[in-house]
Amino acid sequence: MRRLAILALLALLLSVPLWVGNFYVLHVLIVTGIFTIAAMSLNLLLGYTGQLSLGHAVFFGIGAYVSALVSLGFAVHLAPDWLVTLDPQPVWLAMLCAVAIAGLCGWAIGRVSFKVRGAYFVIVTISFAEVARLVALNWDELTQGPMALNNIPPLAVSLPGLDEFDFIGKVPNYYLVLVAAILAYVVIARLVHSRAGRAMIALKENEPLASSVGIEVTRYLVLAAVVSAAIAGAAGALYAHYIQIVDPNVFMFLYTVTMVIMVVAGGKGTLAGPIVGGLIFGLLPEVLRSFAIRPEVQWVAYGVLMILIVYLLPNGIVPAVASLWNRAGRADAPAAPTTGSSPGRIVP
Amino acid sequence: MLRVEGLTCRYGKVAAVSELTLEVRQGELVALIGANGAGKTTTLKAISGLVAPVAGRLMFSGRDITGASARHILRLGIAHCPEGRRVFPYMTVLENLQMGSHLRRDRRQVAADMAGLLDRFPILRERRAQTAGTLSGGEQQLLAIARALMSRPKLVMFDEPSLGLAPTIVDRVFDVIKTIQAAGVTVIMVEQNAFAALELSDRAYVIEQGRLTLTGTGRDLLENPRVKAAYLGA
Repeated sequence: MRRLAILALLALLLSVPLWVGNFYVLHVLIVTGIFTIAAMSLNLLLGYTGQLSLGHAVFFGIGAYVSALVSLGFAVHLAPDWLVTLDPQPVWLAMLCAVAIAGLCGWAIGRVSFKVRGAYFVIVTISFAEVARLVALNWDELTQGPMALNNIPPLAVSLPGLDEFDFIGKVPNYYLVLVAAILAYVVIARLVHSRAGRAMIALKENEPLASSVGIEVTRYLVLAAVVSAAIAGAAGALYAHYIQIVDPNVFMFLYTVTMVIMVVAGGKGTLAGPIVGGLIFGLLPEVLRSFAIRPEVQWVAYGVLMILIVYLLPNGIVPAVASLWNRAGRADAPAAPTTGSSPGRIVP
Repeated sequence: MLRVEGLTCRYGKVAAVSELTLEVRQGELVALIGANGAGKTTTLKAISGLVAPVAGRLMFSGRDITGASARHILRLGIAHCPEGRRVFPYMTVLENLQMGSHLRRDRRQVAADMAGLLDRFPILRERRAQTAGTLSGGEQQLLAIARALMSRPKLVMFDEPSLGLAPTIVDRVFDVIKTIQAAGVTVIMVEQNAFAALELSDRAYVIEQGRLTLTGTGRDLLENPRVKAAYLGA
């Protein structure tokens, strides 16, 4: 049953370019897919370790800039007479660099930020994103500042015996993003169901107890941050080579907020949550636009929907649907547990 | 088995525990009693490595464990059953038990131990697929005890095992603790219910404002006029 549903969903996603002829719709789907990957990576931190990082766009932005710079090449003075240059590299290599460096930044930022919790953690992560945006804006020798990095080459792969294939246009990029999203999903699912994943969930639920059963809290938080940052970096790299222009606005707070909305609305701490949330909040603005509603009304509708979801489904869409499903399926069984961060309800 | 010498712990400038010395011998059940904020919980946290002592020495089975990490101390065989929120509320009973064996690699033995504990606590077997947050307070405490045993400890420390439980369940919890001792595991127990703790324990230490004030066998302390006046309400 479950397996069939997954196969049907995969078939549907794979067949989209066959029956969607409209390139604009495909474009919206590609961008939505990229942000869904970023939301999935945020969910690992927010949903599974319970840490709200409001600077998550920093990893997305670092991925975008690193991948763009490595594929374009650069020459930059690290000191007045110390010039570092890099010739343009193949895009696949640039993307790998983006993933690696974003992961490294996740490690460094995690080491610093996880010394504090709660509101302090949120503030530390916001300031990292803001610092990154200011650096991108002002270090024009490297980043071109507000002039942005232009003409970023698209991904090109050459397999032996075949001609080089360029990921130009909507259909190839759609499949590229789809494959990346599936890959990200598998990595996150494997991690969450491993021993390390259980440790992360344990420290979200009860940190003092987790450390008393021998879980090294900081180590697992940093591990989650590294994987999360690397995946967000991959999303940023996909974005850079698809849109082909990167400017300091990729570090904007708005992007982080979009990811948080996707995760919270879809259901944090569930594997499907960020996908559902990502699709809804990625496609919603376009759907509203197709009704020819005025932009200001669109944003009001967006906000109202957000409030409704938070009020009516505090754990998000996926847990709500899952518990409905369970209740319908076996009415006599004890109420299905929901995952969330509210304290445990104790039934006497 | 465990020696605590001159233990001092501070939170900021406030000394929670000062120059505390105590000893626990193999197979004993030792109680720490005292008022709220006397430093009992901090003492347990220092022993299990959750709080770093400012001064003093902790020796366990001839090894110096002062300043060792919580996981190292757990590996050596000291399990800690903390007070307050005792379980992982959104994990199932089985997952909670698995967390107790987080550091163990001997999967087959872990499975056998888990089956043994579920035999011993049939209520947990009955509720094994339920999330721990849906259990009653007493069931949660039994789960917490079983989880502590999953690490195969040589010494278990219980922090306020009776807190917030109905009187009939308190008796059940104390019975379980007694059987743990009978099985050869050394036990340290922090209790506000001084009467029950003194009846149950072989020896007890009275802690006041972070300092040790009295020590003796449970029976002796039950008869001690000072203890009677301060903790037994007689």
